[in-house]
Amino acid sequence: MAFEPKEPQKKLKYKELRIYSDEELNNYTEEELKDFKCKHDIPDLDELEKGPWPSFVADAKREALHRRKLAEDRMMVGRDVVEDLMGILQLSFDHGETHWKHGGIVGVFGYGGGVIGRYSDVPEQFPSIVHFHTLRVNQPNSKFYNTDYLRTLCDLWEYRGSGMLNMHGSTGDIIFLGTTTEQLEPVFYELGHVLQQDLGGSGSNLRTPSCCLGKARCEWSCIDTQDMCYELTHFYQDELHRPAFPYKFKFKFDGCPNGCVASIARADMSFIGTWKDNIRIDQEAVQAYIGGELKPNAGAHSGRDWGKFDIQKEVINLCPTKCMWMEDGKLMIDNKECVRCMHCINVMPRALRPGSDTGCSILCGGKAPILEGAQMSMLTIPFMKCEPPYDNIKDVVDKIWDWWMEEGRNRERLGELIQRHGVPKFLEILDIPPMPQMVTEPRSNPYIFWKEEDVEGGWKRSIEDYRARHKR
Amino acid sequence: MALSTEKLGRYNPDKPMENRITDLGPRHFWQYFPPIIQKNYGKWLYHEILESGVLVHVSETGDKVYTIRCGGCRFMTVQNIREICEIADKHCDGYVRFTTRNNIEFMVDTPEKMEALKKDLMSRKHVSGSYKFPIGGTGAGVTNIVHTQGYIHCHTPATDASSMVKAVMDDLFDYFQGMTLPAQVRVSMACCLNMCGAVHCSDIALLGYHRKPPIVDDEVLGGVCEIPLVIASCPTGAISPSKTEDGKKTVKIKEERCMFCGNCYTMCSAVPLTDKEGDGVTILAGGKISNRITTPKFSKVVVPFLPNNFPRFPEVCDTVKRIVEAYAADANKYERLGDWAERIGWEKFFEKCDIPFTEHLIDDYRLSYDTYRTSTQFKYTEAAWEVSRAAGGIE
Repeated sequence: MAFEPKEPQKKLKYKELRIYSDEELNNYTEEELKDFKCKHDIPDLDELEKGPWPSFVADAKREALHRRKLAEDRMMVGRDVVEDLMGILQLSFDHGETHWKHGGIVGVFGYGGGVIGRYSDVPEQFPSIVHFHTLRVNQPNSKFYNTDYLRTLCDLWEYRGSGMLNMHGSTGDIIFLGTTTEQLEPVFYELGHVLQQDLGGSGSNLRTPSCCLGKARCEWSCIDTQDMCYELTHFYQDELHRPAFPYKFKFKFDGCPNGCVASIARADMSFIGTWKDNIRIDQEAVQAYIGGELKPNAGAHSGRDWGKFDIQKEVINLCPTKCMWMEDGKLMIDNKECVRCMHCINVMPRALRPGSDTGCSILCGGKAPILEGAQMSMLTIPFMKCEPPYDNIKDVVDKIWDWWMEEGRNRERLGELIQRHGVPKFLEILDIPPMPQMVTEPRSNPYIFWKEEDVEGGWKRSIEDYRARHKR
Repeated sequence: MALSTEKLGRYNPDKPMENRITDLGPRHFWQYFPPIIQKNYGKWLYHEILESGVLVHVSETGDKVYTIRCGGCRFMTVQNIREICEIADKHCDGYVRFTTRNNIEFMVDTPEKMEALKKDLMSRKHVSGSYKFPIGGTGAGVTNIVHTQGYIHCHTPATDASSMVKAVMDDLFDYFQGMTLPAQVRVSMACCLNMCGAVHCSDIALLGYHRKPPIVDDEVLGGVCEIPLVIASCPTGAISPSKTEDGKKTVKIKEERCMFCGNCYTMCSAVPLTDKEGDGVTILAGGKISNRITTPKFSKVVVPFLPNNFPRFPEVCDTVKRIVEAYAADANKYERLGDWAERIGWEKFFEKCDIPFTEHLIDDYRLSYDTYRTSTQFKYTEAAWEVSRAAGGIE
């Protein structure tokens, strides 16, 4: 099978698009790099070059040297941006305080997000990073790349920006770190016209959705994470670029309950792949695990000698609902008692596979602590078929947004609105009935907000009738 | 159309709307899948971790894809990406992938190519000695730390991110390269409790924290901030309207009510919180997001404050290592850090990790009652004897 893009995709060939020649790209020697000294004194950063883990300082010095040796007219922002950034970082270590000012209203015409204004509060000391704005570039879903695309991006960002970036930011975007106000529109223009590539979200709008690698290279994914993510990102471009929400809103797509993109913890709407039929069992492979011919856990625990694999102890006894047992040498599962936690499948991937009648669970309201404390997403819709163009899912999204945009206070996330108005109100908005699966246990206080229509005869009563029965 | 080199490129500031393209969205993912990934999409049968950082996925077509996972820095330069491209061109037909946790994955289709790639990756070091592409981060070990911007590019941090991550990963490097732990340990880092890194469900979370209430810049506040918004932004209602002696509108802060969340500063630049002595690191532990065996959990605050001792944060590194080592020595196979702490009891967690329990660790925010222990089931540790002694219950 193959998935089709919304718009035909321009084939990007680096050799046709590039700015820098090979000579320019390889313009310093290893000796020069060893001798490189930053123009600022940066003892704490130098210290961070030691140790085995990749040093971001060592990397920064490469770019600093590379820029020093490029011709003056081969970059549109200051030559010293990397050295000044290292300098300001050292100054922040010295002071124990950041030196980036608060915000700044910059952006590209017509968008309310995608660019974050950033100014230094020590402009004289570090003149090349006085403006140092961020652009968020919407990553291809699940972050596979080819080198034509990446190299073209590098040339663009070295020419019109600092040459420093994040691969990737927490939400998933490629983050371009640092350029001048003047270069924001040119970068956006080149991204759109040459790379057919858009910015991501920031501010009170839909943030760039992200997903796990799904069926591209995982046998457990129950949904086409990339396709869902791509479709919803494209469908909701207006909401992504033009802030009209009370606060940020995040979609994340996990292919299975292992949750590799942490959607439960950090998405207002978490879409998590699941199944509603039976776990597929290959009994011969079960025997091969028991007999020691297959490595349990796909080798994930092989760094330590944990002894011989014991299916009773390691799988059956750890099953959270105790719905597995051995019978006549066969592994049995009572699937209606299974909560699809993935443990048995993780331990014996060659013997057990998720079912084949798949879809997603939708959980709502996850967020980090600001303002009312951290929340995880709440199980809202147990199972949803996921087929393009995902109209059933868009319907749910639209209902939630209509309510949240109407009722949400400034900077109130969906999870906080659900708490403030109560889950029953949320279910009414979604037009779905309640189910015990939405809670870990029923309430222990009896303070029920009965509605008038719930109560026989309504609430309108006459005090005279009451007094006819009860004297004052 | 090649990338432009004119100062403003093809953009014409006099006619900003001319030829403007918007709402393109991300590029389509399919073209970036290597041919073997396209061919076997949705057909993968199983995978195996051959050694730390090296995976093979086997398809029902019989195809195998070998993946090598390398630790990387979230902050990188175009020079680093070009080197990644050089490797991808040399070994992987020009394809490469990044993971959610800032790792880099190179994929090849034969064991021979995989061996050559491995050798190449481990041979690449920065001139100052650190690995450029260390292989690891799979299975029951520590993988890369997801983190936030810190002093590199943020206006609200209470600590730095890239430096702390570098220091902690240097210390945990053996765990990155090995799969010797009872289960995976996910370490995450956020520089303030805005938590753009959403670290609140991690096995170990490192969190920058302020401890001094905002300083009010009375001279400018009325001019640069919406006073009602600043007042409304405070979750504890500690901010109220005020006037300076010369009659300027400003706000005042009931300092004893401040919980140092910094939400007011997000709304208003005239109430900065940051301070060298006030700022530092909080450590949380025992969270997870996977649904495996037990349900997802929040991380719990286990160390209220450690100083920002730049650039290597020795107190933070030492605490993280103590927690990981106590967990490695004591937890059962498959038990995540939080599951272990719950099984042995949090009182034993503090004892085994040699971490003092202070009053700051007892919740006194809203709904704190949920965390009170309303049972006679507990274990005796030194902390318990101290209470009994203090209350006159024992000698």
